[in-house]
Amino acid sequence: MFDLAFIAAQEAHEIHAGDGGWWADTAGIMLALPLVAFLLILAFGKRMKYQGGEIAIGALAINALWASVLMVLNMTEGVLTQTTFVIGRIGSGLVFELGWVVDGLSILMYFLVSVVGLLVFIYAVGYMKGDRRLPWFFAAFSLFAGAMLVLVGAPNLVQLIIGWEGVGLASYLLIGFYWEDLANVKAGNKAFLVNKVADVGLVLGAIIVALAVGSFDFFDINEAAISGNAELGAVAVVGALLLFFGAMGKSAVFPLHIWLPDAMAGPTPVSALMHAATMVTAGVYLMARMFPLYQNMAQEARTPMIILGAITLFGAGLLALVAKDIKRLLAYSTVSQLGYMMTVIAAGGYTAGMFHLFTHAFFKALLFLCAGSVIHAVHSNNMSDMGGLRKYMPRTYWTWIAGSLALAGVGLSGFWSKDEILSTLGNEGYQIVMWVAIAGAFVTAFYMARATVLTFHGSYEGEREPHESPSVMTVPLILLAIPTAFAGLLNIPGVSWPVIGNFTEWLAVRIVPMGDHHAESIDWLIGGIGLLAAVAGIAVGWAIFSKDRDSQEDRDLFEIPVFYPLFRRGYYIDDVALGAVGATIGPIARFVDWTNTHILDAIVNGVGMAIKYLGGFVYGIIDQRGVDGVVHGVSAIADGAGSVLRRMQTGQVQQYAASFVAGALILVVVFVFVL
Amino acid sequence: MILSQFLILAAALFAFGIYGLLVRRNIVLILLSVELMLTAVNINFIAFESVFRSPDAIGQVFAIFIITIAAAEVGIGLAIVLMIFRNRKSANVDELSLMRY
Amino acid sequence: MTFSAWISEPINWIFLLVGLVVLASGFRVVTAKNVVHAALLLVAALAGTAGLFLMLAAEFVAWVLVLVYIGAVIVLFLFGIMITRAPTGQDEGLDSEKKVVPALLSVGVFVLMAWGSIDAFGTTLVGATGDPISTELIGESLLGRFVIPFEVVSFVLLAALIGSITLARKDLTPIEEEEGRRV
Repeated sequence: MFDLAFIAAQEAHEIHAGDGGWWADTAGIMLALPLVAFLLILAFGKRMKYQGGEIAIGALAINALWASVLMVLNMTEGVLTQTTFVIGRIGSGLVFELGWVVDGLSILMYFLVSVVGLLVFIYAVGYMKGDRRLPWFFAAFSLFAGAMLVLVGAPNLVQLIIGWEGVGLASYLLIGFYWEDLANVKAGNKAFLVNKVADVGLVLGAIIVALAVGSFDFFDINEAAISGNAELGAVAVVGALLLFFGAMGKSAVFPLHIWLPDAMAGPTPVSALMHAATMVTAGVYLMARMFPLYQNMAQEARTPMIILGAITLFGAGLLALVAKDIKRLLAYSTVSQLGYMMTVIAAGGYTAGMFHLFTHAFFKALLFLCAGSVIHAVHSNNMSDMGGLRKYMPRTYWTWIAGSLALAGVGLSGFWSKDEILSTLGNEGYQIVMWVAIAGAFVTAFYMARATVLTFHGSYEGEREPHESPSVMTVPLILLAIPTAFAGLLNIPGVSWPVIGNFTEWLAVRIVPMGDHHAESIDWLIGGIGLLAAVAGIAVGWAIFSKDRDSQEDRDLFEIPVFYPLFRRGYYIDDVALGAVGATIGPIARFVDWTNTHILDAIVNGVGMAIKYLGGFVYGIIDQRGVDGVVHGVSAIADGAGSVLRRMQTGQVQQYAASFVAGALILVVVFVFVL
Repeated sequence: MILSQFLILAAALFAFGIYGLLVRRNIVLILLSVELMLTAVNINFIAFESVFRSPDAIGQVFAIFIITIAAAEVGIGLAIVLMIFRNRKSANVDELSLMRY
Repeated sequence: MTFSAWISEPINWIFLLVGLVVLASGFRVVTAKNVVHAALLLVAALAGTAGLFLMLAAEFVAWVLVLVYIGAVIVLFLFGIMITRAPTGQDEGLDSEKKVVPALLSVGVFVLMAWGSIDAFGTTLVGATGDPISTELIGESLLGRFVIPFEVVSFVLLAALIGSITLARKDLTPIEEEEGRRV
């Protein structure tokens, strides 16, 4: 129930927030609804008209409404409560509690999961129509959303791990949804196993931190991190790195990103939800939740986090550049964007990271749903089967353009969140990382231009006549396009809207305050450079890919050597470079060549002959007689011992048992009488 | 009654169990011997609990856990015996010596 | 404590009686030449053990032992014996020929454990500490301090249930298919 220490701390930190009234006190219902829906769909789904889709949508619709009310309450007055129930005790000192946190961060995640989830669910009714296992799909989908809500509502690490594993399980079920195909099953297994590897880190980190603090509660841990608890300080770096390792799995940070592109095997709505609101955001959420630990205690852990994040954001962008499959391209782009979030959170930009998560959720869900709409129309994932779809699918096209511009960081919501990231990196003194991020922005715009051109422009390459998707699919697209366009306005640095304030203020409503670094005013220089990089990316991409729309081979040329065609198309660069090299390097090279043949060669030959004779001596005497003799002797001993000892392996279980008992007896005698 | 009399009895039962485990050829009989050993352990738990009382009756709770696990073990064990018997037409352990050199 | 002092307590006569039954039937369990007899002798050994538990202030565990073991586990064993068509009459081939080493080992285990018991606890008295432990206390302990192990054990039982069904389900082996065709 209500935590008295919690309320006291709230007063101590001078946080002025409402308690959210009835909506926050009973927010646990929101966590339970999708799980109830999961059971109901399993029980009754088959007999219903939409195969259980109506239950799933109903549950999430209530949740979306609920989360919206909480969001509005948080915008106007702030909401900060925590409700917990003691379930049991772990060991002597630790308490296992379940419950729900209602603060700025959680409300944001409730809102994202519910609203994006609702739109994806509605879309899925159209997309999955006619599939054989629809009830199972909606059930697992509800479980997915429900587990994510349990995760983001967790007041302590234990409940977070429960939700974390639930998300992993549901994603496994959904990635392998078309399990008739072995490749899909393998993709599901891969996702599950990679996540399991990371989960080891999460569990170990949770235990280490909880034992040091004496509580699993986020509030207690963050409080300890703020106040400089010595016991926590001793293990902070190890614990923080282990927790980050756990987050790397879910949030697909290099080198544990490998499962995410394969996870495309699942149905497209699953990818949309997985990449936008659930699953991959879990790791970023964990980092944000534990932010004070990283900010105040484990500074040493931040450098590896930033390096890995930077590798991820740039490397994954390059991979997206050569993807043929439209969903795979979007998946790599998600990896890259997650890299941005992780990097900036590690660099101290809590608000910047969460703001990018917020805008990214909308536009990435939008892009995936658009891709699904396209796949639905042409029955292929491959971009070489597409092209010219602009004419056939206008709604999908225009919403895709909105999503692409946002992702590329040109104008729409993505511009504001990416700008926030860049300026935070710059302000915190990570200049090199900031330039990597700007290069990443260029690559992002580049591959999105490529995807847009190959999919929607030029002439249609497929065989079936494509058609616009039904409105049950396009309406969610349009609804998602609205926040994609305007969500960025919520956090213009230095601007606080009347009544609702801005995103930074909403997020600041937290259990434990922390030294978040966010931009106070618009940084026109960095923003301009970022915008310039993005526009340049689009221009280069457009120039390369829109020309060769006619010949199929040239489009594929880009796939193999990454930068080859880039140079090929601007080949005067090659010419200039070659000419310059010929004029300046040529005489030097000829001089070096002469010296090489006449002087160096003589020396080299002499040394070579000497070494040859020395080698002959070493080989003949020392190696053949001395070393080899020893080697043969050792191997003969091993061989003889092996052939004697192997007789002990009789295969008779009872002989083994007898040896076991005899060994135990001898050990007991040794321990009791000898030692 | 003294504590040692129960412990010695348990030790004897345990020794019988080990003898059966090592001598019997039929797998079902080996499982019977294992049950004997588990019972001996239970006697120890109960005897210690009745002398050194613990606030939560830990000894008896553990005995209950052992009984539960033993029941599960018998179920699985006999299912495995059944599989072995179906595949090899025999339930004798000394004929199951594929894992040898 | 001298032997005469020990034997003069009536409760120890009961202990001697029950203990002899347990030991004798336990010994016959591992030496009987008849498989069914071995299983039934285990019943006797377990019943004696339940009696010992009653003497040791463990009423609940005693009845659990009777219900679970004698009621269920032994039946399962008899099923196992019948299904594997083990020879139910006298059979000399039940034991392996090598008996000396196992006998020495088990005697060694017994000597070591018995010596350890006497050395450590000597003449510590049982029964002076009071009433039997109530079922209520065990229940509170099981659902309080040990609630998580309790739940874990229930999962183990579930896994054993599913596992044994999966293992024992009748999939025809190549040998059986061949035999079926011949018949």
